[in-house]
Amino acid sequence: MEISRNWRLQKQRYGLVGEVCEHCGSKIFPPRDVCPACAEEAKTLYQFSGKGEIYSYTTVYDAPDGYEEQAPYTVAIVKLEEGPLVTAQLTDVDNGKVEIGQQVEMVTRKLREDGERGVLVYGYKFRPSWSDENLRVG
Amino acid sequence: MKDVYIIGLGQTEVGEHWETSLRHLAWEAIDAALKDARLKQPDALFVGNVLAGQLSKQEHLGVLVADFCGLRGIEAASVEAAGASGGMALRQAYLAVASGMVNTAIAAGVEKFTDTVGSRATAALTSATDSDWEAAQGATPAALAALIMRRYMHEFDCAVADFAGFSVNAHANAKTNPYAMFRNTITAEAFAKAPMVADPVNMFDTAPDADGAAAVIVAADDFVWAHRDASQRPMIRIAASAVATDSLALHDRPDPLFFRAANLSAGRAYKQAGIEPGDMNVLELHDAYTVYAALSLEACGFAPRGLGWRMAGEGGISLRGKMPLSTFGGLKARGNPAGATGIYQIVEAALQLRGEAGANQVAAPRWGMAQCLGGSGSTAVTHILERVGRDS
Ligand SMILES: [Zn+2]
Repeated sequence: MEISRNWRLQKQRYGLVGEVCEHCGSKIFPPRDVCPACAEEAKTLYQFSGKGEIYSYTTVYDAPDGYEEQAPYTVAIVKLEEGPLVTAQLTDVDNGKVEIGQQVEMVTRKLREDGERGVLVYGYKFRPSWSDENLRVG
Repeated sequence: MKDVYIIGLGQTEVGEHWETSLRHLAWEAIDAALKDARLKQPDALFVGNVLAGQLSKQEHLGVLVADFCGLRGIEAASVEAAGASGGMALRQAYLAVASGMVNTAIAAGVEKFTDTVGSRATAALTSATDSDWEAAQGATPAALAALIMRRYMHEFDCAVADFAGFSVNAHANAKTNPYAMFRNTITAEAFAKAPMVADPVNMFDTAPDADGAAAVIVAADDFVWAHRDASQRPMIRIAASAVATDSLALHDRPDPLFFRAANLSAGRAYKQAGIEPGDMNVLELHDAYTVYAALSLEACGFAPRGLGWRMAGEGGISLRGKMPLSTFGGLKARGNPAGATGIYQIVEAALQLRGEAGANQVAAPRWGMAQCLGGSGSTAVTHILERVGRDS
């Protein structure tokens, strides 16, 4: 189920590879080839650092098909240090025990399981980055 | 361009219709609307729907509904724009009639949510989000609303309890709406204790997904004048119809706390109608979540940025307030039959302008506005209706 779709996205999902716009300098994730800031073509690949901070977060109790065994889980919008916002699950955290502004870093984890065929989809999640600052928050 | 009038209204009770099929629900609403309009043979049918393909394994709803309603032969198609599908169906009907290509059209919305239950239904709902970059991370529509609400409370210094007034008002209005799903009163105290869906969004913050169908008949001005009956019923003109889009994914917006599509479509609608927010007498917004009510009020110019939540607590949104909101219960208490919701809003606003709203009637309204949203504010459809005297 959807094997080619997940294969197609694996570079972005495993490596957080996006694009940079040569016209206005915007960093773009996920890649979309047309810069959302200036609408010019943007095809130059850009490797994001995987570091960012929590912009907002929630705990999901009512999980969709394929995510039930993980529920409840924390979904956040992470502001990457290069600028873009990205929606991602948080991992290695107690549900709800995070804060807006907290520093996080990307890791690769299992995103979902596709029912009968048992296909596993892997991709990025974020976890607290254990800098001195975060230890004080925690 | 011709002026377009709403000449017929129909709706079914919103709820869990285990015994009724998708096509039968649609027929009930359309039959009622056609009878209300005293029309037998409309020229075209546009059906708003979101989930039939996934939940009922049924697409091709234009012909499904036309055929079942005894309208074989007419032009018919379905329209999809997530939670804005109903409004988008009316938009298509409006364009068809305004252009002069057809004289009359049905704009219907139907949703049969209970054909599938549990996590598969939840998964179907996530298809309105960005499937690759939001749903793939386990985000749901409620989760996206929660992400907005938490950040909103953080930036604008308010608490969950401050949103209670939106839900209390919606339930108070639904109490006397025979078509509403929830006709029970709720209190701010009960709101504070409601279980979490995706924190900080609780059960009383969020509208119930439900079955339902609604329909309106629209007609061109010359047709209306030629067929006007002897009744003294006021006529309802579509004074504005406007659609706008934002990014599909919430995280792709420069400011996720600003409903840009809502702002653009409302702005276009005000310009077309030649009025301002302050002229409005009845307001139906997309209160699928209380924070969406706040953001829609801000985007449409009814509250300053970051202060939309205050309208929940000031009493101004009640039936006797300055800006009555969700006058038949809104999505929250009338219920949210996704693709039909936008048409329910139109039926309700039109009932208000006709003076046929019964216990829910607001005082002598002239202008009514209905706005529905698809996804996390990704698509917005705004219609402004005007009551027109029979002799004008
Ligand atoms: Zn650019």
